[in-house]
Amino acid sequence: MSDILATVKFDSEGFMVDPNAWTPEIGKAIAAREGLELTDRHWVVINYARSEFKAKGQSPTLRAITKNTDVNTKEIYALFPGGPAKMAAKIAGLGKPTGCI
Amino acid sequence: MKTLLILGAGTAGTMLANKITRKLDSRVWKVILVDKDETHYYQPGFLFVPFGMNKPQEIIRPKRKYVPAGVEFVLSDVERIDPGANQVILTKENRVIHYDYLVIASGTEIRPDQVEGMLDGGWQQNIFDFYTFEGTNKLANFLKTWQGGRLVVNVAEMPIKCPVAPLEFVFLADWYFTRRGIRNKVDIIYSTPLPGAFTKPIAAAHLGDMLEKRGIHVESEFNIGEVDSTKNVIRSWDDREIPYDLLVATPTNMGAEFIERSGMGDELNFVPTNKHTLQSEQWENIWVLGDAANLPTSKAGAVVHYQMEAAIENLLAHMQGRELKGHFDGHANCFVESGFNKGLLIDFNYDVEPLPGAFPMPIVGPFKLLGESVFNHWGKLAFGWMYWNLMLKGIDIPLPNEFSMLGKVIPESFDAKQTLKLQRGDSHV
Ligand SMILES: Cc1cc2nc3c(=O)[nH]c(=O)nc-3n(C[C@H](O)[C@H](O)[C@H](O)COP(=O)(O)OP(=O)(O)OC[C@H]3O[C@@H](n4cnc5c(N)ncnc54)[C@H](O)[C@@H]3O)c2cc1C
Repeated sequence: MSDILATVKFDSEGFMVDPNAWTPEIGKAIAAREGLELTDRHWVVINYARSEFKAKGQSPTLRAITKNTDVNTKEIYALFPGGPAKMAAKIAGLGKPTGCI
Repeated sequence: MKTLLILGAGTAGTMLANKITRKLDSRVWKVILVDKDETHYYQPGFLFVPFGMNKPQEIIRPKRKYVPAGVEFVLSDVERIDPGANQVILTKENRVIHYDYLVIASGTEIRPDQVEGMLDGGWQQNIFDFYTFEGTNKLANFLKTWQGGRLVVNVAEMPIKCPVAPLEFVFLADWYFTRRGIRNKVDIIYSTPLPGAFTKPIAAAHLGDMLEKRGIHVESEFNIGEVDSTKNVIRSWDDREIPYDLLVATPTNMGAEFIERSGMGDELNFVPTNKHTLQSEQWENIWVLGDAANLPTSKAGAVVHYQMEAAIENLLAHMQGRELKGHFDGHANCFVESGFNKGLLIDFNYDVEPLPGAFPMPIVGPFKLLGESVFNHWGKLAFGWMYWNLMLKGIDIPLPNEFSMLGKVIPESFDAKQTLKLQRGDSHV
């Protein structure tokens, strides 16, 4: 299962080093490694995060995700237990979200 | 005639109006300043009011007093900006102002409505903010007769303006209850969505130590989902609960609603802005100053000060068709009140995180960065005087503009590489 991850480079916290190397299969494998099985609702979030990253060069904040998709905060916490924005970025092959100073 | 229109006569708008009118030819340029509020608040003073260290009347002045001669001051809310047509529609008499250049300086406001249940029942009964004049005064009244219990200071979500203010609040609360002789009757809990006391790792470690020494409990990575006033608990999205007797809330901070109505903001109504030139990312005749911008630095009055030079240089350059050479480096600093007449200073920019050391300030002498000393405390109090008498009037303050590594000490335990990595990975979610 995680064979597909063998050639993928991660940083010390488990975020992909090269977001462009990401594929949906890699996403599924990272999710599995985190103990998650991806549903359509997960993909709403992941696809949005990928498109935001393409447009703006950084992972969206939690508030941006809930504002711009039909997934609300309650649901996103249920989908991605722990830190949802962080976990979604990880599975989407993106860097850790910044944006708080 | 050409028009420079400034929305917001707070720290940034007032300073800009004062400084730029000296540089613009008044036969060519008309400057208009719009604000919905007649009163200027010295916001750092909001922190001291609950503890009786500032009287309410000491921290307010009429805005008009700081409007330079020749500038038209309009008291009105803003309905919306129509950037395509270069005009702004005000709520007052639906006045339409056509502009050649627009500066957005409408700051940020707290939005307790963004946290479920915060406005139900307990609001201003045993739930208070200290980010507004009204809130901080009501909290002061409440504290006068409070006999103790669980004080929970919550930060709802980042970014907030003056990100250290809630921390300062707990330090001052510790001091205040000690002085009243009831510290042993008060539990102080600081709950934050961040993994530690502050956004930047080295400062977080220092501040974390200081909290522990004072017996202040930190609930980190607490993302508030709701306030339950019937049970007096706050609940996080991942179902952790913190009971309180007194909740001091720092609700979500957002940009002005007219930014949203104008379709010009991000998810928090902050305006996408070039972080070095301070020009709007989308509109070339719009500049964004202070808290209203989406910049990756702190939202603070000190930041406004450091931005001003680059902003004015670039505005003038653009008006004259020259290249934008003004460069803002994200420089921010904050005097942190730590109670018992002590304070500390943290200082950083886009690339360098707050380091311990001494801050070179030519006239007043070095402040110790990140270390506590009585002198740092005076820095904060002295700042109030500088604010009204120098800063707002556009008179230069003796603070070096360019961030300087002089006097900063990189802790041995942090090698440069690690520091850089921590900085980039700095996040709360
Ligand atoms: C408790 C507290 C403590 C602080 N301590 C410090 C500190 O120690 N050091 C420091 O550097 N900074 C501190 N700050 C932050 C500092 O006060 C702000 O960052 C600074 O004032 C920002 O300036 P600004 O011009 O961007 O916004 P503001 O000064 O807030 O001005 C915004 C203006 O826009 C107006 N406006 C908003 N919406 C509209 C509208 N719809 N129509 C018309 N007008 C509108 C408002 O009335 C206001 O006058 C503190 C803030 C708080 C709340």
